[in-house]
Amino acid sequence: MTEEPIGMTCEQFQAQLSDLISSGDNLANHPHLQSCSRCSALLADLRTIAEAARQLLPVVEPPDELWEHIESALKQEESSSRGPDQTHL
Amino acid sequence: MTYSRFSTNPPEPTPRPSAGRQSPAGQGVASAPAALLRSAEAEILAQAQAGDHIAFAKLYSLHKRRIYSLCLRMVSNVAEAEDLTQEAFLQLHRKIATFRGDSAFSTWLHRLTINVVLMHLRKKDLTVISMDEAMEPAPEGSPGRSFGSRDLTLSGSIDRLVLERAVGDLPAGYRLVFVLHDIEGYEHHEIASMLDCSIGNSKSQLHKARLKLRDALRVFPRQEER
Repeated sequence: MTEEPIGMTCEQFQAQLSDLISSGDNLANHPHLQSCSRCSALLADLRTIAEAARQLLPVVEPPDELWEHIESALKQEESSSRGPDQTHL
Repeated sequence: MTYSRFSTNPPEPTPRPSAGRQSPAGQGVASAPAALLRSAEAEILAQAQAGDHIAFAKLYSLHKRRIYSLCLRMVSNVAEAEDLTQEAFLQLHRKIATFRGDSAFSTWLHRLTINVVLMHLRKKDLTVISMDEAMEPAPEGSPGRSFGSRDLTLSGSIDRLVLERAVGDLPAGYRLVFVLHDIEGYEHHEIASMLDCSIGNSKSQLHKARLKLRDALRVFPRQEER
């Protein structure tokens, strides 16, 4: 049985958590977190996830053939926009 | 114009220095090498705008990883990501002459790509469905509240590949907002505008996405310990 924090239930706190996080306020002194290790851990985890996401870099290399497909499509667009009458120029 | 100058593979530009995370504006920390690279890219851009196909190929090489990664993260499907990357660069080719430099080129291309992806998702109705789903009361299996769960917490660092996989497994609506906000650095008001939803909806979906990721990431170590 986990000790119930004083003043606000975990359910009430977590219902507000999205707004609390996006407010940008420092939550370290929030009364609920002072007495609830479970919600403190939740907040820490969410921050860890957000921080890890910021470290993800665009490292995925597209396949080499993709450029060939783009090049081919560009040629098609070019020839269709030039029109049949200009082929005699 | 002739495409005879196109090589099989586009010429590789000088690699950009790793300057940590870049904002959507693509503006890294100012330094002499970075300034030189920006200057070189500006020259390539001007040439591409004038119709130089070799310069366009260089732009592709400069931006292909970022654009492909963005598409892949947004749709979580390799074939779709390739198609969308192709479409983004075709649109870039059509519109490049209209770029006036009001924002950084990378920002402009980034937004162009997001619009391509969102248009694709709207055609599939994925965005609408996911947004509606996200506003529904949490059913069983959706990102849960923590008050009834075991006190498992994530370690201080998360394996990049594990996180990438977990993001890819998110429902489309959650994934879009998470990618745009937490990975790409857009603000909620920008995401709301892109996705045609309220700011509150964007915040709500981001929170649910993080909760769902937490659930997913806490499972991985237990599975891999077996």
